[in-house]
Amino acid sequence: MTIEFSETEKARLLEATIAGQLPDERGRFGPFGGRYVPETLVPALERLTEGMHRHLADRAFLERFRHELTTWVGRPTPLTEAPNLGRAWGAQVWLKREDLAHTGAHKINNAIGQALLAKLLGARRVIAETGAGQHGVASAAACARVGLPCTVYMGAVDVERQAPNVDRMRRLGAEVHAVQSGDRTLRSAIDEALRDWVSDPAGTYYLLGSAVGPHPYPYLVRELHCVIGRESRAQMLTAAGALPDAVFACVGGGSNAIGLFHPMVGDPGVALIGVEAGGRGGGLGEHSATLSRGRPGVLQGCYTLLLQDDDGQVQGTHSISAGLDYPGVGPEHALLQSIGRVRYTNARDDDALDALNECCALEGILPALETAHAFAGARAWARENSGRRILIGLSGRGDKDMPTLSRFPMEARHATA
Amino acid sequence: MQPHERITDSIRRANAAGRPALVAFMTAGHPTPAGFLPSLSAIAAEADVVEIGVPFSDPMADGMTIQRASQSAIAQGVSLRWILDRLAEHDGDGKAPLLLMSYLNPLLNFGYEALARRAAEVGVCGFIVPDLPLEESAPLGDALAAVGVGLVQMVTPATPLTRARRLCEASRGFVYAVTMTGITGGAGGLPEGVAEYLDALSEVSPLPVCAGFGIRSAEQVRMIGGHAAGAVVGSALVEALEDGQTDVAAFLRGLRGEAA
Repeated sequence: MTIEFSETEKARLLEATIAGQLPDERGRFGPFGGRYVPETLVPALERLTEGMHRHLADRAFLERFRHELTTWVGRPTPLTEAPNLGRAWGAQVWLKREDLAHTGAHKINNAIGQALLAKLLGARRVIAETGAGQHGVASAAACARVGLPCTVYMGAVDVERQAPNVDRMRRLGAEVHAVQSGDRTLRSAIDEALRDWVSDPAGTYYLLGSAVGPHPYPYLVRELHCVIGRESRAQMLTAAGALPDAVFACVGGGSNAIGLFHPMVGDPGVALIGVEAGGRGGGLGEHSATLSRGRPGVLQGCYTLLLQDDDGQVQGTHSISAGLDYPGVGPEHALLQSIGRVRYTNARDDDALDALNECCALEGILPALETAHAFAGARAWARENSGRRILIGLSGRGDKDMPTLSRFPMEARHATA
Repeated sequence: MQPHERITDSIRRANAAGRPALVAFMTAGHPTPAGFLPSLSAIAAEADVVEIGVPFSDPMADGMTIQRASQSAIAQGVSLRWILDRLAEHDGDGKAPLLLMSYLNPLLNFGYEALARRAAEVGVCGFIVPDLPLEESAPLGDALAAVGVGLVQMVTPATPLTRARRLCEASRGFVYAVTMTGITGGAGGLPEGVAEYLDALSEVSPLPVCAGFGIRSAEQVRMIGGHAAGAVVGSALVEALEDGQTDVAAFLRGLRGEAA
């Protein structure tokens, strides 16, 4: 369930999105977004908004950011054709290889951008939250690079299921706090990071890792990730001679998806499809499919779609992938769904696992469990739409998922495709 | 008298009697739902204002005590609707005026107009919403104002004075001065400079200023009383209620420095 718009209103909001007019000055994407935080954080968010606008418009900052993306992150990331998957699905398939970015996922684009900003804004320390650990690793690496101490909050459940990343964060110099309160996953990690920030709003910089939270984060994170979509668009024109018919990305908070989708929102022939975690089933607490099954509400600073009960209590979620295990979603995705520009589907745990194994076997690439949801969504779409050009945002690599994957026996059926 | 004026009036009467007002906080339905109304009556008989916490799944401005209390209350079925229904059974005549402290999402789900009507009906005089800054507060504030129920604004040491002035003018009932940059329940004592901060705020505020966060002892209440109209005691009272042994009335009298 979401907010209904008239056709005129939909067209107006789409036009405003394409023209770069959203979010508005109050941080709104149509009705979604805003800034719902304790008073203590309001001055800090105002300073951040002002500093962000100043530096994102500053040639020296952009030059430094571009330099780090090129020489440290390893951009542009390649576009890889996946002919074996293509044959298996009856489609042409291209993969945008964010898994080859430094630290193994798209998260690094945002982390290095915000770390540079934190340094320029005079922060004494940086805090971050993490689900799968990818944003934690990226933040730890970026903070080491710019010379700022970093503390990462991570739910105790995730500390266990993403153990390799915890070790990496510590080695990169970050302090990792296992959060024992709440549901002990990503949402509790954000709550705890906010509590830390409230204690030192002037000296601490909160390096939020997804396109969620209070204004200006959904905008800032999108801007730093739009490089994914801009590169993809140009690479498709060169490699395939045309834009894709459909673009797929997994959606938890939605940072890689918004970075990939946003630069193509104005291409009317390109279908944009986000894939959420369908978990074990449709019951409350069995999935993380916020856009398919949520209702509007306010969580962690932002008015967006939420998985909640009739009393407005935010609900527990389930996904095999820690990075998608979140009951909210970025406000721009809520808008793009409401105006019909992006369609959101979901893939269940077992579909994602199966798609992951298929990609390993056919293309020699191990995607992250989060990313595997995008593959599952694309495969399902290809069955209904044969012979089309498909672009998948390969948002991260799956090395971190080995502890989870080793609990599931290998299946032989993709080995001979 | 409008409901929000009852809050202001109760604080001013305490001050006129030569003492700081005591604003007492409890999480509704914790430690037990059955104990809610008896505890509320005991607290309302001693305190000048009672702040009733509506439990929320993600209390981002709260420390461990209120997080624990919220989780326990939710697990026992406590909701905003349940609280309003219980308050309808509560005899609050002549006792301390009641406020609800809630994060925004439960209020949003209830619907602001329906909430305002029901709150006024059951004797709620005001609301405190820690994740609703002034810029986003008009829809709820207007709905409450239509029935005379107040929306209390919070000011913190991080708030610039020009902004503090606007918050004081927009507030109803009293102005909630957060003593520190941090979450509720702190045991580290009040920060340096709190006296100057409260003095400056009391100077610009047309409404009484009550200070909260980290206030646990009679000595702190007395100190706050020298610089503000009242003190809010939250986590310390929730902990006293949790242990089940404490005589709540004696505990509150103790905080006022009176003989138990």
